[in-house]
Amino acid sequence: MKKSRVLRASALLIGLSLVGVACGGDDTSSDTTAAAGGDVTCDGLKIAFFGALTGDAGNLGQNIKKGVDLAVAEFNEANPGCQVGIEAYDSQGDPAQAPALADKAVADASVVGIVGPAFSGESKAVNGKFDEAGLPIVTPSATNPDLANQGWKIFHRALAGDDKQGPGIVQKITADGKAKVGVIDDNSEYGKGLADIVQAGLGAAAVEMNSLDPEGSDYSAIVTAAKDAGVDGIFFGGYYAAAGKLAKQLKDGGVDAQLYFADGVLDVGFIEAAGPAAEGSIIMCPCAPKDSNADFLAAFKAKFNEDPATYAAEAYDAATAFLDAIAAGKQDRASILEFLKTYDKAGVTKQIKWDEKGEVAGNAIYAYTIESGAIVGKPGLIG
Amino acid sequence: MRDWLLYRTFWDLTITGLALGSIYSLVALGYTLVYGVLRLINFAHSEIFMVGTFGALMASQEFLGIPMLEDGGYPYRTGFMLIVFLVFILLCAMVFSGLGAVALERVAYKSLRGNGDLFGAVVLAFLTGFVVSMVFVDDTLANVIVAAILTAPITMGYMSLFRRGKQSPRLAFLISAIGASTAIAEAMAIWGPEKREQYQTPRILEKDVLFSFLGADVRVDNVIVIVGALLMMVALTLFVNKSRLGRGVRAVAQDAETARILGVNVDMIILVTFALGGVMAGGAAMLFTLVYEQSRFNIGFILGVKSFTAAVLGGIGNLKGALLGGLVLGLVENYASAVFGGQWKDVVAFVVLLVVLMFRPTGLLGESLGRARV
Repeated sequence: MKKSRVLRASALLIGLSLVGVACGGDDTSSDTTAAAGGDVTCDGLKIAFFGALTGDAGNLGQNIKKGVDLAVAEFNEANPGCQVGIEAYDSQGDPAQAPALADKAVADASVVGIVGPAFSGESKAVNGKFDEAGLPIVTPSATNPDLANQGWKIFHRALAGDDKQGPGIVQKITADGKAKVGVIDDNSEYGKGLADIVQAGLGAAAVEMNSLDPEGSDYSAIVTAAKDAGVDGIFFGGYYAAAGKLAKQLKDGGVDAQLYFADGVLDVGFIEAAGPAAEGSIIMCPCAPKDSNADFLAAFKAKFNEDPATYAAEAYDAATAFLDAIAAGKQDRASILEFLKTYDKAGVTKQIKWDEKGEVAGNAIYAYTIESGAIVGKPGLIG
Repeated sequence: MRDWLLYRTFWDLTITGLALGSIYSLVALGYTLVYGVLRLINFAHSEIFMVGTFGALMASQEFLGIPMLEDGGYPYRTGFMLIVFLVFILLCAMVFSGLGAVALERVAYKSLRGNGDLFGAVVLAFLTGFVVSMVFVDDTLANVIVAAILTAPITMGYMSLFRRGKQSPRLAFLISAIGASTAIAEAMAIWGPEKREQYQTPRILEKDVLFSFLGADVRVDNVIVIVGALLMMVALTLFVNKSRLGRGVRAVAQDAETARILGVNVDMIILVTFALGGVMAGGAAMLFTLVYEQSRFNIGFILGVKSFTAAVLGGIGNLKGALLGGLVLGLVENYASAVFGGQWKDVVAFVVLLVVLMFRPTGLLGESLGRARV
């Protein structure tokens, strides 16, 4: 009895392995190295995207990735002798998943620059690793002010940090004449940091309403608190998925306050989650409106058949900085990092030029609003 | 200052807390029922809830074809149509969850009880074939074909290996439960149309304020959730206490071996128990999508942990305990959010659980569906 069972088990194993042999053997990847011809030559260099492509805030990463894709595609077309690859590290925006991916990026010697990490929380978790490895990064979206103060030599960002965005939001809320503003955050590095800045800026007009759980589904306690406080404005620091749920439940609960959000909410995902409750919300962002550069808009539309969304243009600028370095013959991590120090060029969003902390020179904050289920750029440029 | 917020908005918080609490209660029933008959914490029950929310989603979007928006507004339905739609969505969610729970039992648990199971073996064989072929081919269709071809031989292998007539250790069930939970959620994340993103369910019920209760606005959806959950729990209690199958459930819960000797089909009763828990989770899922209008591959995770907490709080194995535990947990969370802020609500909820367990180790109402006391 025992013997026959062993026999059958091994028969099973043999059967399985046969299938393996039958199905194997189509795993050949083609490595395209174009023939020389352009004025720049390079071999096997890659720029990496690092951030959420899936998950609660995946849309923002998708936008960024598209900006990188466009910049690299244009570069590769112009330089047949230097075909730059793209590596995508999907962290889901999760600081817990990011470190393992960062190790992978560091270990891959062909990765010479990183566009990202997209969010502030994951940036805090992994930028130290990139700094140790001397792998230069340009984030098109992580806005937490602390990130520039960690002494990371590799850190650059292609947009203004929250120490500029926060006061911009406060300026807007004050200009709108709101006297009692509930301040809520999602307890993330980015959301809480920004909410704290806004709350401090608003001073006596702010009503502390604490944090919500972005993964949770029931925000009725916050709705009740907002109703009770009789606020005429609400600011939420966080990302679009939670913002959508919050906006919907506030509206259902009979709270008519003007809703203010920041860059993490500037995405159609917010409108999808909130439905009609999104109407009239004001979303501030240090990111340029999609039509701020006509050439970029046209090229993006031609490639992806859609308008560029939040951070796509910033990502394009970030990737372009790396590609310019490669074009200038800087083809390893150290010399690219050196190149970025003196970089000074008009990007599609702003003049791209970094100070010694990695902060970009321009710091414009823009206001957007939701009208008839679409994000509309307002001329309300602040800062 | 914040405690005055609790004082001023007490009834508001009470009503929304009861609404969320009744959903906890319904899901907690699934944990309690299965624990009662098998002494097993069915951790995959949270995924049965998730499957139910997708049942509700499919019912409203696919079968009934309700759009997210109509002319820029919500696609409200009224009167008789509304009731028909709600009942249909409820039934769909219950069928999805019920079948999900039954399949879960046959695949993840029945084999471990030592008698083997053809259905479980077929599913496991298919999955084995799928995973093995995935090592070699990166194409879902090819994987499915290879897996289908391999299913028969692997099933035979599994069936011959199954026949042990010996129950696996308790730990094996626990690991199987955790594994099944992760597998179901990740399968949804990988193959669902929106992957890991959030899904929205259409709103067909206009959420008007029905009446005011001591200064608190009571909305239609709050009332439907609380009343609906109570009705489902009454129906379940009647079924367990009055019907023939219910008597079987109680018999197996008290002493499975004696029940078997006296002619109760224990395997069938276990299947019924899972189905009952699944149907309740389906009801909870429908009510959940009615109020929160969303779902995700991991929507069950937090809710599952909370509902399991509710079941333990009330006394696991005890149907009334699940009800009480769910409601108490919903209320405590809401009150705690008001007093300490949203970030503290889980802390407070678990402190309450620990304190209760310190003084009443078997929960508020104790174990009653549990083993016969000798």
